[in-house]
Amino acid sequence: MPPDALWAAVALAGLACLGIKLAGHVLPEHWLARPRVARVAALVTVALLAALVAVQTATDGGRLVVDARLPALAVAAVALVLRAPFVVVVVLAAVTAAGLRLLGMP
Amino acid sequence: MPTDPLRAVRRQALSVSVATGLYGISFGALSVAAGLDLPQTMALSLLMFSGGSQFAFIGVVGAGGAAGAAIASAALLGARNGLYGAQLTPLLDLPRRLRPAAAHLTIDESTAVATAQPTRSAARAGFWWTGAGVFVLWNAFTLLGALAGDRLGDPRAYGLDAAAAAAFLALVWPRLAGRVAQGVAAAAVVVALVTTPVLPAGVPVLLAALVAVGVGVLAPEAAQREDAA
Repeated sequence: MPPDALWAAVALAGLACLGIKLAGHVLPEHWLARPRVARVAALVTVALLAALVAVQTATDGGRLVVDARLPALAVAAVALVLRAPFVVVVVLAAVTAAGLRLLGMP
Repeated sequence: MPTDPLRAVRRQALSVSVATGLYGISFGALSVAAGLDLPQTMALSLLMFSGGSQFAFIGVVGAGGAAGAAIASAALLGARNGLYGAQLTPLLDLPRRLRPAAAHLTIDESTAVATAQPTRSAARAGFWWTGAGVFVLWNAFTLLGALAGDRLGDPRAYGLDAAAAAAFLALVWPRLAGRVAQGVAAAAVVVALVTTPVLPAGVPVLLAALVAVGVGVLAPEAAQREDAA
């Protein structure tokens, strides 16, 4: 993206996220408190995050790839099962991928 | 040791802030690696201030996606913050003039700490301390990460791309308790991977969100209620 377009996207996305937060605090509660709205929003969050895990782990430039990120994600999953804190999970994944690449894995 | 509830809240807020702030380093470094410059990276952390949305935005931009897909991904992931606001308004019962500041600090962490408190004053303390603590540290560490990222060179050598994937996994993990959520997550993974080779960057993730809307609207309410319980 050219710099101007990227700046516009940063500003628009930032304002959109801020606007959503503000709406939550000033809109009448009953609009957002409907069980169906809450359920759909919770599932959308799950779907987006799960899709981002997949894309961030197994794709590169529009292609499906298997590289050091996959074992790193497996290590992160084990850490999560063992109830490791957030930052430990993230660092373990980075160290795993960096180590495997040092050993020659793509 | 006497247990001062407000001191306990502040301690909890501090530990959450440090843990969350630290991974701002990986955001800063990855944002620079995705092609944003330092002011753009800081603008995201200062203005958007929502980790999931920020990572989604730079993920789409870094993959060469269009501005519209990047904005939509960030906004959709930010939708839950709107629902948090609706939860927090009656809980905190803040005067109107404080609501814009409270809205800006409404994120996963501040909501989680606030709603876990037994009293309104503890909830308010938990919300403000966590929100402000994460805001300060998240931005400080974003700056550090962006400055380091400029010098480090290839972020892949440090496993920062895997760190971003792990961060998304850690964010979705506590939300996978129910069977409907697990099914939606699995479907989202399949949709994203199958469509990545054929659709522009960023669109597969949005398509996965559509799956969730479909399930949320169409699935029997009883199954979802069971999940929520």
